[in-house]
Amino acid sequence: MSLDRRAFLARAAALLAAPRVAFAGDALPTARRFVFIIQRGAADGLHTLIPTADPHYARLRGALAIDPETALKLDGSFGLHPSLATLHGLYQAGQASFVHAIASPYRERSHFDGQNILETGGRTPFAVKDGWMNRLVGMLSQRGRDAIAFAPTVPMALRGALAVPSYAPSGLPDANEDLMQRVAQLYAHDAELHALWSAALEARGMAGGADPRARRQAPGELGRMAAGFLARADGPRIAMIDTGGWDTHTGQGGRLAAQLRNLDALVGGLRQGLGPAWMDTVVLVATEFGRTAAANGTGGTDHGTGAAAMLLGGAVQGGRVLADWPGLAPADLFEGRDLRPTLGLDTLIAQACAETFRLDPGRMARTLFPDTPGGKALPQLLRS
Amino acid sequence: MMPPSIALNRFGLGARPDDRPPDDPRRWLLSQLERFDPLPAPWRALPRTPQLAAGWVAHQRALRQAPQEQRSSLREAWRDSEGQTYRAALGARVAGALQTATPFAERLVHFWANHFAVSVDKRPVTSLAGGFEADAIRPHILGRFEDLLLAAVRHPAMLVYLDQVRSTGPDSVAGRRARRRGGNNAGLNENLAREILELHTLGVRSGYTQDDVTEFARALTGWTLPQDGEEGAAPFRFAPALHEPGSRRVLGRSHAPGGEEQARAILRELATAPATAEHIARKLARHFVADEPPAALVRRLAEAFLRSGGDLPNVYRELVLAPDAWAPGPGKFKSPWDWSISSLRALGRREMPAQAAANVLNQLGQPVWRPGSPAGYGDTAAAWAAPDALLRRVEVAQRLGAQAAAMVDARTLAPQVLPASLSQATRLAIARADSPATALALLFASPDFLRR
Repeated sequence: MSLDRRAFLARAAALLAAPRVAFAGDALPTARRFVFIIQRGAADGLHTLIPTADPHYARLRGALAIDPETALKLDGSFGLHPSLATLHGLYQAGQASFVHAIASPYRERSHFDGQNILETGGRTPFAVKDGWMNRLVGMLSQRGRDAIAFAPTVPMALRGALAVPSYAPSGLPDANEDLMQRVAQLYAHDAELHALWSAALEARGMAGGADPRARRQAPGELGRMAAGFLARADGPRIAMIDTGGWDTHTGQGGRLAAQLRNLDALVGGLRQGLGPAWMDTVVLVATEFGRTAAANGTGGTDHGTGAAAMLLGGAVQGGRVLADWPGLAPADLFEGRDLRPTLGLDTLIAQACAETFRLDPGRMARTLFPDTPGGKALPQLLRS
Repeated sequence: MMPPSIALNRFGLGARPDDRPPDDPRRWLLSQLERFDPLPAPWRALPRTPQLAAGWVAHQRALRQAPQEQRSSLREAWRDSEGQTYRAALGARVAGALQTATPFAERLVHFWANHFAVSVDKRPVTSLAGGFEADAIRPHILGRFEDLLLAAVRHPAMLVYLDQVRSTGPDSVAGRRARRRGGNNAGLNENLAREILELHTLGVRSGYTQDDVTEFARALTGWTLPQDGEEGAAPFRFAPALHEPGSRRVLGRSHAPGGEEQARAILRELATAPATAEHIARKLARHFVADEPPAALVRRLAEAFLRSGGDLPNVYRELVLAPDAWAPGPGKFKSPWDWSISSLRALGRREMPAQAAANVLNQLGQPVWRPGSPAGYGDTAAAWAAPDALLRRVEVAQRLGAQAAAMVDARTLAPQVLPASLSQATRLAIARADSPATALALLFASPDFLRR
């Protein structure tokens, strides 16, 4: 994108009346960045964060089990999948914590319901009509515009009262300035299209400096592209990155190795692109629910309950595995088939957000998860 | 929007320049159900399911038998041929939608293909997706729901996509044999059973339990693909050795042992259950009328479904005759597929090179047969109306406008594709555009054209 075009976009955006999507011109009240990476499809926590000391793991997983010798050692009880070398390095540097046997309040096994609960912060599917990240943005600033979704459309977690833009790199030629301006006029009296168009122009303007090669969507490039937005002094402070492909009913060994390698590269790209701002960043990785403790008959796993989550970033007080480990003995499994959840994902999210933005934890929990009774608090998650 | 425009756009795929607005919009729509050709010219040139399935099975065998060092070149050659098969089918789908004289029926094909979604992000589906639409969907959209359901879930694309092919009953002959050998790589996979209950029939939260899923999955064991050396055989096979013996209890009802018939009996019950009627009625009403369809309309369609035992034309007739379906406001924000097809139809295009069509739909966020989830693509504005997505449509509109400007005058075209329904703002914007290309781009990017 040429400088002329950027200048045009700024002008075009300025021409449009409110609601103007602004990533805040003045200094934001915080330097902290919060990134939520969603793993759609129920990522297998037992394949990601390996319970190397649990005697039942190898039996349940059979050929799918990750050999404790090849797992990247974390502590005496857990290891990481071998594809997660960057995350392992962060752990060793005290910038990554891993959480196990964690779950949202959802106890059924539908992806679509599970994702809705994870994203809205409700206790039953489709009961809450906006997303917890949108409400989080609302707590942060009067302007309330400092969030972005790196996805072709705005995911449920960021939908709600505040307009949030989405951005995904495109391989299309840019539209010409005259057409852009005429379209803006044409949408002036259409509330829905006007708001979408203003947000689109603003986001494109901000991506002006991004490497066009980021359009290739390689995970590392995606991370660096997202970091390009977040690293700016006037950039968004909250972002969501959508990842899919975690539903592994068959051929899980190879597929998850590739998925996890991509996640590892995505986080690596974020860290690299953020530069010094990485020290102010918290990345939370979570999925809608876990998978069955035992492998199924087709080299995969089916929909389950307890899962793993991750907290990454320079602001994290890392080097820990947080798990109230329930065990994998037959009697310890949830409904005889799943890892039993012992920690609330709601609790982790609310506490991580409260510590990130230094807001009252009680108020944060009530705003993000209005229907959830407070769970047991976790130890302090971030550096103070 | 006026009724002729509603018929063309909300129920159809957009007008072609040679279309005349229908004098009797309802009759025009219903008559299409009599005239629909399940296999129109663009589709006739394609290989059909038996051939596609046999090709895949043969490839698997060749791979197993080849010496290790030749396997990667075999895989590469197969990937190329898969890609060609996929692109040819994609081209036929686009051409079919552009040429059809029965766009309402064609839209029903797209609706049902998305209801029974398969996705080419699972590799073997790549070559089978076109055959799925040609053989499992197209011939059945005007029949009974039960037959459509059976055709869809027994198609190799679905069996592969939802991991059914190797699902093995623990006490089946194959299951016991595997246990004796000490392997644990033969067992139940409940993916297909779950998605049939959740997505294809009853709908989520309609009262079934995990036990129902597991029992149904046991009944489905044995439903699989043809075996090695069975080229020329039907693409569906029941393998007794994989089937879990015994009777099954699903949704409170017992089903006697019966091999292949056992799962069929369960599917028959699911196909006519009240929850299924409600689920299908709501999805149809949402697709054609509004993101939140009127409750009375949904009830009316569900009743027609139940009354007729799931006879689909009965349900479509209720939909077309329902006054709720003709509300003048634009009810729906077009999906990328709808928008691309209606733009190309407006330009009088009869086909588009498959690679170009694939690129456009990828960029707009709705690649053909690749929803990435068995739930299919979302069918509401929330799924499609997003800032970046809108910007991309404007970019595509610009390109389409530039390509067609020499032949098409947007000032004449606009009232043709939106008969008696073009807004003053859009008409003015088109009239004031500084070039024919910009005028066309503005028509396609206009609020009137983005919605249906």
